[in-house]
Amino acid sequence: APCPQWPYCRKRCSYCNFNTYVVPAVDEAAVRACLVREARTLLCLGQVHSVTSVFFGGGTPSLASPGTVAAVLEAVAGAAHLPSGAEVTLEANPSSTSTLRLAGFRAAGVNRLSIGVQVRGALPTAVPAAPHGPIVTTLPLQSLDDAELRMLGREHTAAEARKAVEAARELFPGRTSIDLLFGLPGQSQDAWTQRLEAALRLCDDHISLYQLTLERGTVLAAQVQRGALPASPQDLLADMYQAARTALVGAGFRHYEVSNFARKGALSTHNLSYWRGDQYIGVGPGAHGRFVLRGEGGCSREARVQTLEPVTWMQEVQSRGHGTRSRVVLSLLEQLEELLTLGLRTDEGITQERWGHFSPHLSLQAVFGEPGEAQALQQEGWLVLDSRGLRCTWAGLAVLDSLLPDLLWQLQRV
Amino acid sequence: MALAGRAALRWRARLPSPWHAAAPLCRPAWLPATCERPLSSRGKDKVDMSAYPVERIRNFSIIAHVDHGKSTLADRLLEITGTISKTDHNKQVLDKLQVERERGITVKAQSASLFYNHEGINYLLNLIDTPGHVDFSYEVSRSLSACQGVILVVDANEGIQAQTVANFYLAFEAQLSIIPVINKIDLKNADPERVEKQIEKLFDIPTDECIRISAKQGTNVEKVLQKVIEKVPPPQCNTADPLKALVFDSTFDHYRGVIANIALFGGEIAKGQKIMSAHTKKRYEVHEVGILTPNEQPTHKLYAGQVGYLIAGMKEVTEAQIGDTLFLYKQPVEPLPGFKSAKPMVFAGMYPIDQGEYNNLKSALERLTLNDSSVTVHRDSSLALGAGWRLGFLGLLHMEVFNQRLEQEYNMSVILTAPTVPYKAVLSSAKLIKAYGKDQITIINPAQFPDKLSVSEYLEPTVLGTIVTPHEYIGKIITLCQDRRAVQKDMLYIDENRVMLKYLFPLNEIVVDFYDALKSLSSGYASFDYEDAGYQSADLIKMDILLNGNPVEELATIIHSDKAHAAGKLLCERLKETIPRQLFDIAIQAAIGKKIIARETLKAYRKNVVAKCYGGDITRRMKLLRRQAEGKRLMRKIGNVEVPRDAFIRVLKRETDK
Repeated sequence: APCPQWPYCRKRCSYCNFNTYVVPAVDEAAVRACLVREARTLLCLGQVHSVTSVFFGGGTPSLASPGTVAAVLEAVAGAAHLPSGAEVTLEANPSSTSTLRLAGFRAAGVNRLSIGVQVRGALPTAVPAAPHGPIVTTLPLQSLDDAELRMLGREHTAAEARKAVEAARELFPGRTSIDLLFGLPGQSQDAWTQRLEAALRLCDDHISLYQLTLERGTVLAAQVQRGALPASPQDLLADMYQAARTALVGAGFRHYEVSNFARKGALSTHNLSYWRGDQYIGVGPGAHGRFVLRGEGGCSREARVQTLEPVTWMQEVQSRGHGTRSRVVLSLLEQLEELLTLGLRTDEGITQERWGHFSPHLSLQAVFGEPGEAQALQQEGWLVLDSRGLRCTWAGLAVLDSLLPDLLWQLQRV
Repeated sequence: MALAGRAALRWRARLPSPWHAAAPLCRPAWLPATCERPLSSRGKDKVDMSAYPVERIRNFSIIAHVDHGKSTLADRLLEITGTISKTDHNKQVLDKLQVERERGITVKAQSASLFYNHEGINYLLNLIDTPGHVDFSYEVSRSLSACQGVILVVDANEGIQAQTVANFYLAFEAQLSIIPVINKIDLKNADPERVEKQIEKLFDIPTDECIRISAKQGTNVEKVLQKVIEKVPPPQCNTADPLKALVFDSTFDHYRGVIANIALFGGEIAKGQKIMSAHTKKRYEVHEVGILTPNEQPTHKLYAGQVGYLIAGMKEVTEAQIGDTLFLYKQPVEPLPGFKSAKPMVFAGMYPIDQGEYNNLKSALERLTLNDSSVTVHRDSSLALGAGWRLGFLGLLHMEVFNQRLEQEYNMSVILTAPTVPYKAVLSSAKLIKAYGKDQITIINPAQFPDKLSVSEYLEPTVLGTIVTPHEYIGKIITLCQDRRAVQKDMLYIDENRVMLKYLFPLNEIVVDFYDALKSLSSGYASFDYEDAGYQSADLIKMDILLNGNPVEELATIIHSDKAHAAGKLLCERLKETIPRQLFDIAIQAAIGKKIIARETLKAYRKNVVAKCYGGDITRRMKLLRRQAEGKRLMRKIGNVEVPRDAFIRVLKRETDK
């Protein structure tokens, strides 16, 4: 799945530490040409035959013109097969999502919208279809409260957010995702419950639920650090998460990943491909990818990162077709470590089949069925290992980061 | 290891050849004066030490409070005498260990022979550098016994400090001549006049005897050398007498075995001689003798009054006991009065993190103690920690330095238990007296603390502490001392605004964080030193720390009963902050016997999962997780509670910040 990244924003949000750039005027034509060229080069290097999804992340990709999105999709379709049903998601900001623009994106080929909080990593990611993969987009909603939105440094108001979601749902029925943020400084359990109820009245069939992370170097983190804003107690955050999980499942959503909920089968194909350890190609400044370079005769999975700074990235793409800054071949152990870390975030966990795909000779049972950390965690009720695979229990999912070091340590000793 | 090795190599490269070092004095007549590097086989290049009869020898030491410029002065003296070439890089030349340079302290005594021409006569000046921290006052006294005089360095800005006082009395009691030097006169706030008055008031030395210098800039340093020749008497001994050599330090070399630093109190010594140790009665053949410049430089012989080194096939440092006397085989002499042997003030258990590392740690300890004979080692074992050792150190800094050297030079990570002081118990139980074969025992391990029922009296070690401080901090310092159960013995104004306080402290009250507390409440201005003051009766109990009911052996402590509640509460609170939250609640308790005296609860994680994890984030995330997985190896498990290895030391060390 290609993940094209649009690294520009109108304004930097107070909680965001992504690779984003606020510049007065973006030379869109130049950026577009580079995205197109890099997508082609990388798809060719990976000898990708078919793509299952495309995800336009950012930055704020909804600030790009629909023409750019269309150009990238054409490039993808030109270099590999892009089935008509392939998921194409665009991350969108409520303030840049007029009905007209959204219609433009739809015409360009976008078929899923994520109205979001923190917009993710960089520009488009394409998942080569297993070896086929997805492109997708999302809308950042964060909150439906004006005061909270101001604290987050968001440009839009709650009313605009509501309008944006309604517009999006009309254009992308059943395929609009909203992002919700909890654990805002000073937010109470009651306030959160109300926000959640409002969101449930407004939402479509997909919700991403994020605890606010105070990233170092952000305005918000600095405000909390110097006491200008209160830090949220750990127990309150845990309560908020539990309440939200319960409410969403009660409303018919499947809790299919730590922070993601879907009903009526509206799971994000693209994001699932990350958690399942599929291949993906990162396109654009600072984008990450994981794929096998069959075009170069390679047979090992590589971790690739594109150059972070947009101007340099463009120069590199113009001179050699792509702006890959780092390439690291992943060892089998590293691949299994990533699979464990990502796979356990999902409700299906790591299936026997998926594990066997990476490790045909050493089964899940052989690694984690023996007496050791995993068995202890099973007995304590955090983990399940059975004929389907290895996965977290409902309780285990909330404390996954406390389980992973033990599991990785056990894996490393095999 | 690598770093220290490289530094040493650079030194060797920068040092002039043996010839060059000795050039001003012992260039043979046939050698042209311009000859820079007359390199040839080692044997021919040897310095002829017979040119230096006792009247041309001066053995002296530099003593000072930490940071008053002792090592800088030593560097200048080495430069002036041509022992090392003059460059901008000569910093702490005699401090060879990595920890010494990093921390700016001298841990190990070093010697250097300097050649100096004064009024047409060539002199041999043996400088014996001494450690600069209260923990090592034993090493200072050890070095002083090979000297006839000392240079007492005092900072012109800071004036007399606690260690200046302690060092002065060490030298005074050893009846050495004392040359007072006021250093750092180049500093803006230097007030040498005030310092001269302090020296006069406290040490009864006339103000006009002080030499004002700047070791950093080299001002008046030459004058110091001249004073050494004039004031320090030559050693009183005779080459015609039978050999009598004092071992005052020793180091271990992996290729050559033990290198003993010796001072000759009579006779002469040369390669091929058969010698004997008065202490071990073992016989050796001398392989090599020489002087230190400051690296070993072989000579044909060493003569009475001289200071140098000796290699004689000794395999272990214990064969070269500090204070031992060496003499010629079949020509026994009256041994020199032995030095008091190093007396450990602080004990701690040391265990490998992984029992599989036991043998590696054992050999690292053996090699490290070869060079640091002041560390005592007893084998020990515990149910929880496995096989290990009980080590005795001169003080907490000594313990830290030792641990740091283990890590730096031998790449060893270990579990260290809470430091404890050597308590004593007078036994009343006939059964125990029989078992120990005596009615008074020394307890160096809390696990061996005998129950009150079988003891008539517990005793604790005490020290006489000296504190020098600007007077505005007196109130706070007196309160601190009272909190530490100290009794005031003396209080004296050494000038209008500086006070010297003397307190009798229970040793355990100053072992861990007293020095830090004193420094922080006096903004760094108060200084502290102490000396052994015997034992006193004390109401002691053993306090355990429990994690979910399981005792933490590293934290078991023997403590005064008045202090148990406060200390237990503080330890529990600190542990709560230090132990990471886990998947279950952790009860942290302090207990005396079965009675719980303090409790904290560390709540379980209810949510610990990163919110966002998509394609872009995974690399950074994996790095963190791998580090955490790696950290599992270094976790100490108490029951099912995981505790980072360094948590205990951090808990014990942190200042009492209120």
